[in-house]
Amino acid sequence: MTRKSNYWEQEKECMPRADLEQLQLERLQSTLFRVATHVPFYRKKLHEMNIDPDGFSSLNDVSKLPFTTKDDLRNNYPYGLFAVPLREVVRIHSSSGTTGQATVVGYTKNDIKNWSDLTARVLTAAGVTQDDVVQIAFGYGLFTGGFGLHYGAERVGASVIPISSGNTKRQLAIMQDFKTTALVCTPSYALLLADVMAEQGININALPLKYGLFGGEPWSEGMRKEIQEKLHIVATDNYGLSEIMGPGVAGECQECNGLHINEDHFLAEIVDPETLEPVAAGEIGELVITTLTKEAFPVLRYRTRDLTKLMPEPCPCGRTFQRMHRVFGRTDDMLIIKGVNVFPSQIEEVLFDIEGTEPHYQIIVEREGRLDKTTVMVEVVESIFFDQMKKQRQLIDQIKKRLATELGISVDVKLVEEKTLERFEGKAKRVLDTRKI
Amino acid sequence: MTAMLKVKSLESGYGKLKVLRKISMHVNPGEIVTIIGANGAGKTTLLNTIAGLIKTTAGEITLQDTDITKTAPAKIVALGCSVVPEGRQVFATMTVRENLVLGAYVQYRKHKKKALEELDAVYDLFPVLKNREKQLAGTLSGGEQQMLAMGRALMAKPALIMMDEPSTGLAPLIVKNIFRIINQLKESGNTVLLVEQNAKAALAIADRGYVLETGKIIVQGPAQDLLSNNDVQRAYLGREAI
Repeated sequence: MTRKSNYWEQEKECMPRADLEQLQLERLQSTLFRVATHVPFYRKKLHEMNIDPDGFSSLNDVSKLPFTTKDDLRNNYPYGLFAVPLREVVRIHSSSGTTGQATVVGYTKNDIKNWSDLTARVLTAAGVTQDDVVQIAFGYGLFTGGFGLHYGAERVGASVIPISSGNTKRQLAIMQDFKTTALVCTPSYALLLADVMAEQGININALPLKYGLFGGEPWSEGMRKEIQEKLHIVATDNYGLSEIMGPGVAGECQECNGLHINEDHFLAEIVDPETLEPVAAGEIGELVITTLTKEAFPVLRYRTRDLTKLMPEPCPCGRTFQRMHRVFGRTDDMLIIKGVNVFPSQIEEVLFDIEGTEPHYQIIVEREGRLDKTTVMVEVVESIFFDQMKKQRQLIDQIKKRLATELGISVDVKLVEEKTLERFEGKAKRVLDTRKI
Repeated sequence: MTAMLKVKSLESGYGKLKVLRKISMHVNPGEIVTIIGANGAGKTTLLNTIAGLIKTTAGEITLQDTDITKTAPAKIVALGCSVVPEGRQVFATMTVRENLVLGAYVQYRKHKKKALEELDAVYDLFPVLKNREKQLAGTLSGGEQQMLAMGRALMAKPALIMMDEPSTGLAPLIVKNIFRIINQLKESGNTVLLVEQNAKAALAIADRGYVLETGKIIVQGPAQDLLSNNDVQRAYLGREAI
């Protein structure tokens, strides 16, 4: 497999570091002006911390700025953090969850334009050109994954199949009939497709598949190797989060050794998750991102809760943007199940709301074959076990339905007797995640 | 060398009056960059600070990798930065030719012959100046004086030409012509920093722009993006956002 260096925006992706830093400084200064002027949350915070938005002189000053957390976004549901009037917002995306738990983000026309160019960069770095047929098996709808990469692929001029997620049989039929050359989905789904292809006797050599762009969940070098061997493609990692923009924040080049961060649009820092101080160069810590060009939804020092490290050494591909290592894990308790972000607190809220359940539960996440399987064990009042089977069934269905609505994924539910689940002193370990990637 | 001009967190003003508040901007070789803003925003102050006529109180200015933050104006011209001042400011009682030759002062003192070669290039760009070579500069029309001021700046063979509101006081048709010429300058490889109140005309020819409001850069980007930016439209293009 040949390694070529294709750039979507070469002058930008390969610009000298000194020019990049000048650009970052200019953009950070006007972003500060934007949030201090148009976002009451930030104006208040800067005032409380005695920070003069005019007083920002150099990039090093970024460590004086306040952090932004997911709770800040939740507390400002839905439009509290928007920096432009709603009439200028042309797109709204949201995470899963009902009122209060969901995080809502917005985009202006310019934001969409930039987003498209940034995912175009990621796709191009992964090898995709206008001659490719791109099958996007990420969920469309309110998730940013599908739309984000869709607009980028269209920008590149590729032929885009917006098939969204699910329906494996159809995915494979289309992959063969429509002659897909680039696959975009979660890495575990790619392996599932590979398994089903083998089962169905589909000859991988007869397919024109060349590239795979995978993200949305952590995956290992071992998984990459397996995907590349089974699907005969070059598999690259890409990273993003809707609070910052969506996919397109960072992506691997053909060197497949670290994800180039689009630093002209995002300022990346790595901080110690406990002390919140910047770590030494090259050390592992929590990725914190400040947007530099977002108009509708600018954020300062957003705590991603993703653990990674920066790789400041130059990359042979010629891009001068720093790379981040593939994400090692999380600093909080968030789970990624079937590519969807799930917080145990969401499950807890649903359970507490339903009559008959006790405040003791356990979430078991396993990987069955290629797919994630989630089982929620919940203790219920004794009387339920003396009821008819029908009543138990009804309770299980009720919980399942509520959880599916809240989380966006389906889970299994098991009712257990009181006091059968482990009790903890101190912080409860509610999650048992046996998946090994 | 990467950027032609780099300005980092620049502050300056007049005595106790702080006008520029942490201005950061840059101009790359071969670009037209425009700074637009209303009256009193600080545009002329910015140009004059870069040119060394106003003292910098904080921040840095770099011209072709040389720090010019504390450099004297004459030296800045010698280093390759010319100014086309606001209101033209031609030397009215001198002829067109004399005005132009003065523009080459820095080179002229040492290399008389070479300096005069530049004169032909300027006459090629502005044939009307050749016709009026021997006329007193004060007798030229507004548009012709603007061309003379630009020609005079070009005589120094600058790496960077800074223009302060070339459209001021000129009829629309003349403004159109002047901007066409500025575009031509870019096409012949010059680098231009254009300060303007006429945002529409400036953004039409610029590659990138910065919007200055009460001494701060509030938004920047490709000129095309600024043209369609709602805030810019409302404030400077006289259009209510649709």
